[in-house]
Amino acid sequence: MTADWLEVWEVAARSLTVAGAATLLAALFSLPLGVWLGSRPRRGGLGAQVLLYAGMGLPPVVVGLVFYLLLSRSGPLGFSGLLFTKAAMVLAEAVLAFPMIAGFTMAGVRARAESVRRLVRGLGGCERQVLATLLWESRRPIVAALAAGFGSAISEVGAATIVGGDIRHHTRVLTTAVVLETRKGDLANAMALGAVLLGVTLVVTAVLVVWGERR
Amino acid sequence: MKRTAFLLVFCSLALAAGSMRLATTTSVNDSGLLDYILPGFTQETGIDVQVIAVGTGQALAIAGRGDADAVLVHAPNLEARFLKEGKGVDHACIAFNNFVIAGPAADPARVAAAPDAVAAMRRIYQTGATFISRGDNSGTYNREQQLWRAAGLDPRGRPWYLESGSGMGATLTLAAEKGAYTLTDLGTYLFVKSKTGLADLFNRPDPLMLNQYSYMVVNPKRFAGLNTAAAYELRAYLLRKDVQRAIGEYLKDRFGQSLFNPLYGRCKEEVKP
Repeated sequence: MTADWLEVWEVAARSLTVAGAATLLAALFSLPLGVWLGSRPRRGGLGAQVLLYAGMGLPPVVVGLVFYLLLSRSGPLGFSGLLFTKAAMVLAEAVLAFPMIAGFTMAGVRARAESVRRLVRGLGGCERQVLATLLWESRRPIVAALAAGFGSAISEVGAATIVGGDIRHHTRVLTTAVVLETRKGDLANAMALGAVLLGVTLVVTAVLVVWGERR
Repeated sequence: MKRTAFLLVFCSLALAAGSMRLATTTSVNDSGLLDYILPGFTQETGIDVQVIAVGTGQALAIAGRGDADAVLVHAPNLEARFLKEGKGVDHACIAFNNFVIAGPAADPARVAAAPDAVAAMRRIYQTGATFISRGDNSGTYNREQQLWRAAGLDPRGRPWYLESGSGMGATLTLAAEKGAYTLTDLGTYLFVKSKTGLADLFNRPDPLMLNQYSYMVVNPKRFAGLNTAAAYELRAYLLRKDVQRAIGEYLKDRFGQSLFNPLYGRCKEEVKP
């Protein structure tokens, strides 16, 4: 019993670190993109907007399959030896989180861009100050964007299974563990793991929201 | 700080000992067999075996791209092709049990009274009783197709023939929910029996119901970076007398019969490239 729970915590911790790393990696690129697209003075980047919103519907299995083919020893990046590792899972989940974070950030920033620009310019500020104020004023939608990205990363199972392989003590995460228990017919275990997954997501989101609301 | 140091030591130990990847079928993994025999191997050799449990078709596909060092699968016809294509070498038969036709206890197709497995499948076909196929190129699915072919029947497209597209445990659960028949390996059947309430309607010796598990090393000449030495060590370990005996003993007490009968490398069904 205790050994089982130890393993559950191990798997939960792995889910958290993999999805967390994927969110950070995606945020590194998608936050600047979202802010840039959202803060452009005139409406534009309609194409980028369509792409980002459509990207929110990226099927995880397809992303997983593409990464599998890329990272396979028979694929172009096979030399990296990344297939069936946590790093591969982070890459695939970052791709899934990217449009979420960029899209929500863009929408949030855009909603405030005009009023903030008018205000800061009216007070004699330069464009750089506009951007800084805009970032600060958009912290809540940015937190929401990060939470959405993290949620899509931690809850997906298709890509994690294909590029991770659900290897015990290495790449098993909560979602792939739920699949395994379901396959074994242990529906009670599967439900318990699902509850842990929901709990982890809830706690992380709560931390993000509280952090965003501070001050 | 202390933890980082510990992690570093731990990681370097793991690196020094090496690890290998075994692509295998869900039935040997989900039954707990690998968790039962692999720790001993790791203790003796220091080699960490990373198990990727998928269907036999997918396991062979993964290994065929050089993404695993060895396979443990159960589909002699697919194994033969894998050897013939030069993707695998040094085939060895590890264990066997049998396939079972499971279904509702009421048995509307009277499968239990069938003289052999092919006749049993014919009865299901003629009655039009719901049958759930894996539909996923797994070893079990391959055997099911073989049985239909032997009966000279093609059930595809029939309204009573459903394809689950999922693993054996999930397929048995689905069969129980729908009061349907399905073909299953004995191991998974015994494992989920208590939860599904399905009856083993055809569970008798029949050459077509043989379920044989084999090990193959991925051809090291085809891919760089394989851990072939480890793959051969595991092959030798699995074939060792005491390990074979342990495989035969696994969960024997709980189920009153062996889940996996040792083969000591001697195949019951020939696998020729």
